[in-house]
Amino acid sequence: MHIVVVGLSHKTAPVEIREKLAIPESRMGEALGRLCSYQGVREGVLLSTCNRVEVYAVVDEIESGYGRIQDFLADAHLSLSSEQLTPHLYWHEGDRALGHLFRVASSLDSMIIGESQILGQIKEAFEVALTNKSTGIILNKVMKKAISVAKRVRTETKISEMAVSVSYAAVELAKKIFSDLTEKTVLLVGAGEMAKLAARHFIASGVRHVRVTTRSPQHAVELANRFGGTAVPFEEFREDMATADIVLVSTGAAHYLVSEDDVQHSVKQRMNRPMFLIDISVPRNIDPAVRHVDNAFLFDIDDLKTRVERNRGERLNEAEKAERMVMDEVGVVRQWLQSLEVTPTIVALRARIDEIKRSEIDKTLGRLAHLSSTERELVEAMASSIVNKLIHNTMVTLKAEVNSSEGAAFVEAARRFFGLGDSSGPNVNGSSSSESKTCHPSHDGIQDAEEVTPRTGSEIPRH
Amino acid sequence: MAAMFFVVTLALYFAATVSFLIYLLWPSEVLANISLGMTATGFAAHTIALGAGMVGVTDISSPGFHEALSFFSWMLILVFLAVEFRHHLHVLGSFIVPLALLSLVSAAALPEAVPTLTPVFGTLWVHVTLSMLGTVGFAVAFVAGVMYLIQDGLLKSKRFNVLYSKLPALDFLDNLNQRSIVTGFPLLTLGIITGALSAEFSRGSYVNWNPEQVWALATWVFYFVVLTGRLTVGWRAKRAAYLTIIGFAGVILTLIGVVLKSHGPVS
Repeated sequence: MHIVVVGLSHKTAPVEIREKLAIPESRMGEALGRLCSYQGVREGVLLSTCNRVEVYAVVDEIESGYGRIQDFLADAHLSLSSEQLTPHLYWHEGDRALGHLFRVASSLDSMIIGESQILGQIKEAFEVALTNKSTGIILNKVMKKAISVAKRVRTETKISEMAVSVSYAAVELAKKIFSDLTEKTVLLVGAGEMAKLAARHFIASGVRHVRVTTRSPQHAVELANRFGGTAVPFEEFREDMATADIVLVSTGAAHYLVSEDDVQHSVKQRMNRPMFLIDISVPRNIDPAVRHVDNAFLFDIDDLKTRVERNRGERLNEAEKAERMVMDEVGVVRQWLQSLEVTPTIVALRARIDEIKRSEIDKTLGRLAHLSSTERELVEAMASSIVNKLIHNTMVTLKAEVNSSEGAAFVEAARRFFGLGDSSGPNVNGSSSSESKTCHPSHDGIQDAEEVTPRTGSEIPRH
Repeated sequence: MAAMFFVVTLALYFAATVSFLIYLLWPSEVLANISLGMTATGFAAHTIALGAGMVGVTDISSPGFHEALSFFSWMLILVFLAVEFRHHLHVLGSFIVPLALLSLVSAAALPEAVPTLTPVFGTLWVHVTLSMLGTVGFAVAFVAGVMYLIQDGLLKSKRFNVLYSKLPALDFLDNLNQRSIVTGFPLLTLGIITGALSAEFSRGSYVNWNPEQVWALATWVFYFVVLTGRLTVGWRAKRAAYLTIIGFAGVILTLIGVVLKSHGPVS
């Protein structure tokens, strides 16, 4: 059994490919079902965001597992062949797969390092997987661990301040154009996380008028309600731009949505009152030629990043700190995973039983000093026979279930029933479950996951 | 006594100019406060010099260009200190104080002149004061325009340097520009009217179409158009900045014309 990840992200694939592979929420259940129907794929979680599409899975064999997952990805979109995908994909297994997942969850692999949306997306992906019963003992634990690692990174490093500082930079820039933001109007085009974060910063800085437009009118209304603003039909937002002092654009469109002429027209309608345009989209949605328009000030994500470059050294340190945390946690999970292997468990069980038997025999024989050597042998034989019979079924079941989908659960159960040392197991369990319960009382899905281990455990024959 | 305080003022404005210019490129609040202190002290000395000068002159109804320029410089600093007091905008000093210094140096270079006009309303001060107040308004608009163009250029080229962080928001500068012209324009109008009346009294005609009068009228028409354009068709922001810079250049030319007319080869 091996943990693997196959996927692509903003670092390896252009948006056209990412868009094609993205799995819409409505088809997630079907996709998970299809993933798990591949032979040798035991557990699976699908992570599909605008910046990455990744498959986390537990497979029997690494090489064939990679191949099946790649087929799965290619099958999702008919116009893409497996070969076309290959140059954009990355494959990791074992520690590297775990490290990758933890880094993704901690937002160390994000386009904007430290942004918080990815953690929510990971939780969502996990919940969908739980609902569709595509995860088992291993991914349940690993995903929960990823969530707790991400939280640890967020609380113990300043990495999340980086994303905040980018949107803060947008507000700072705006203050060099408008001395008083309270009477200004912000137009939010699209619903990218950074744009929303920036919009929230503008509201916190006093902006009272917010207008929202997205391709889906319903989404626009929802967002507008959240920001206490007004929804604008997407087809009309260019005409609406003249009412906006600050325009935040962040959509998934692969082309320019706002042209030089659009902005020229708006500035004219505004009687030359300055306009502040921020393009947080990748690829860009506002034609860079807009910078030639007088009284229009266009900044893209790179400009904002440059504004916060000053504390770069400090932030690199924070990223290193986060990386170290990720590596520590990978070590913890690795230990736990090793404990799930059958042979060492059987050896440990044997040793534990022998140890108990030996100590009990010694205790008893110490009090029965008058026994002859034959009698002593008889006592020892009886003890051996009792323990062997007691653990016989356990041993047989463990060996038989080695290759079943619940093998790991049986091993875990056996280790717990017989108190087989491994401190990392209960530790992983304890920390993540208590955290999930306290931090997410409303996330039923994750609480369900807490019960996975005991429930599976109880299915073991009670002999 | 007036001469002594005048020299002290010159020295202090010079020092303040130097330190304000250094402040422009060097982020230090201490330096800003030192510059500000020197300007304020210089302003006090200037006030005494002007007051003493008025006491010393027997015929206070006949100010020369020396007094006018000195008064112009004093008004500029007064406006700067007022804006500084309200908005704590140190960087404005880096632009206004050098201008005030320049004006004061010009005043020092000019000999005391005998006015050629018979005063109207008993004194020529009314005409000079009103014209100079109007000019102060245009000078502040000019400074705001220059600062606007610099900040606009820095934002457009995305050069976030010390200057960028010190210059105020664009709309603040545009507002300052508008307010200065809105205040300066009526004052200049009154200045021109009283000037024309003085001319009528002394020469018997309101206008004799000499070059500086033509320039003055051209300046007035220019600012009238700038102001109307701003209020009606949105000539604000960058365009307003450019126009007020051009306009102030016109004002300076008029002044030079007037001075040359009285002292130079023109007369």
